[in-house]
Amino acid sequence: MSKGIFNLKTFGLAAAILIALAFLPPVLPRFYVYILAVIFVTALLAMSLNMVVGHGGLFQFHHGAFYGVGAYTAGLMMTKTSLPGWMGLVAGPFAAALVGLLIGIFCIRLTRLYFGMLQISLGSLIWAIAFRWYSFTGGDDGIHGIPLPSLISSPIGAYYFCLILLAICLFVLYFIFKSPFGATLQAIRDNPERCEAIGINVRRHQLIAIVIATFFAGIAGVLFVVVEGSVFPDLLFWVFSLEVFIMCLLGGWFTFAGPIFGAAIMVSLRTFVGAYTEYWTLILGIMLIFLIFFLPEGVWGYLLEKMGNQKQNLHKETK
Amino acid sequence: MDLFQTITFPALGSHLLVGLSRSMILFVVTSGMSLVLGVLRVPNVAHGSLYMIGAFAAFSISHLFGGGAIGFWLALILSPFVVGAVSLIAERSLFCHLYEREHLMLLLFTFALMLILGDLVKMVWGADYRSIMAPEFFRGSVTLFQAPFPRYNLFLLLVGPLVAVGLWLFSNKTRIGKIARAAAVDREMVGAIGINVSWVFAFAFVLGCFLAGLGGALVSPTVSITIGMDHDIIMEAFLIVTIGGLGNMWGAMVGSLIFGITQSFGVLLLPQFAIVFPYLAVVIILIWRPTGLLKSVW
Repeated sequence: MSKGIFNLKTFGLAAAILIALAFLPPVLPRFYVYILAVIFVTALLAMSLNMVVGHGGLFQFHHGAFYGVGAYTAGLMMTKTSLPGWMGLVAGPFAAALVGLLIGIFCIRLTRLYFGMLQISLGSLIWAIAFRWYSFTGGDDGIHGIPLPSLISSPIGAYYFCLILLAICLFVLYFIFKSPFGATLQAIRDNPERCEAIGINVRRHQLIAIVIATFFAGIAGVLFVVVEGSVFPDLLFWVFSLEVFIMCLLGGWFTFAGPIFGAAIMVSLRTFVGAYTEYWTLILGIMLIFLIFFLPEGVWGYLLEKMGNQKQNLHKETK
Repeated sequence: MDLFQTITFPALGSHLLVGLSRSMILFVVTSGMSLVLGVLRVPNVAHGSLYMIGAFAAFSISHLFGGGAIGFWLALILSPFVVGAVSLIAERSLFCHLYEREHLMLLLFTFALMLILGDLVKMVWGADYRSIMAPEFFRGSVTLFQAPFPRYNLFLLLVGPLVAVGLWLFSNKTRIGKIARAAAVDREMVGAIGINVSWVFAFAFVLGCFLAGLGGALVSPTVSITIGMDHDIIMEAFLIVTIGGLGNMWGAMVGSLIFGITQSFGVLLLPQFAIVFPYLAVVIILIWRPTGLLKSVW
């Protein structure tokens, strides 16, 4: 840690990628701009999930519920109230974090699988309400044509809005990841008993992590509304949550940037493979099996390990 | 108060019976899931897909034999074996190599299996709605509590307890059942005394999936068979085994009863929000008893 929190090389690389992305919209066709924006949203969601799953070791099985709560809050505030649109965008993450806190308080009493199961049941309750309450949430149709503030209502505006927010969120998440809090969280993941023994309040740390993660999931949900202009109950469905879970696995659990790769791969595959075949989930399933058998540490995790090995080997040779 | 005008004594009685028969279907499905949970300690996400395959297989078999009473009974007997065969292939070819790995990987494998099986069903049977008829004998209804009650549901009320007794006999009175229970508690020890644990696991997994197939075959005359029924049942099955206590067969029974009955009374009370009631019941139970009503085998 002598180099400080921000390694100059990685930081420079991230900045370069962000700047490159900022110059893309004028040259790219509109469809690709839209896909990139979807990737940004999904990447943020996967990152927020990875904070509790990969770094926190919690079985957060229904992260989509918080994403959906953020999206629904924004969508409902923009369509049902006459408050300025920005209020909805701000309220989304806070609503998600509040729901995350409420669900977290109950779930945190349990461990491992029971944690995940209780979360799935609580999240499904939210899904069932959104799915059935036609007069308020639009039922299974969802809400379409949400009026957005004029600045971000165009695809290009939405793209930049998502990019900027993603950059800010990544910075904050990285800061949390490298902070003492993040280190404690990872220690709890690796050995909760020992952490308890040395006087760390395990549950409080986990609960705080859940609230932070759900807040970021709420931001992702708001961005989803900005990109799509609609919300529907599928966002809250548990199958979607497991897909986000796979993104984390695909990119690499224990790395910071892995979920971004996972999200990018999943969204691109879904878009481009899904255009050719209706059997997209079959391909997803086969991909997942390959992943489990051959790449359990994820694509990015694998690459990092490879690079690390090379460095080590070089080191040995020079010795 | 005209909202609750529909609640009369006959309505209560018939909803109770419909809820009970629904519970029996749920029990047949969740008992299989509970078995897999108890022995392999993996929530089998693909369980719902196998249930769906059971229903589709029942459709195909009953049509193959002309759709009459013989077709129905053959479908009921054969389709669980079809599902068992599918699960045996999946288990022996891929799943069994993962037993040494981290638990989450097993869970994710079953999720992958669910995705694959879901699309395979779409390939084989298509996205249409299918239905099969119960044989003559089960059609029509009898009057109970001054309300008509379908005969087929009475049959279901018989099958549920039969499966429960059968499973209890299997796990307590047979050698392999006892071994399976022992393997659930201490796998290394069972392996150390010279029992092939991998095959015990395979047996438990296939038996669990067999029950999913049986549930699918049993439900097939009462619903329209379509893709997507896997998603509905798996979530319910998950919640039932959780509130019952993971891996406890009687817990699956209690959970199924709670789930089925709250669902059917929900229809009576607020039809629009009927699906919310069972979830609400689950949440209340889990907040009250976080590790389920009965003792978990974990």
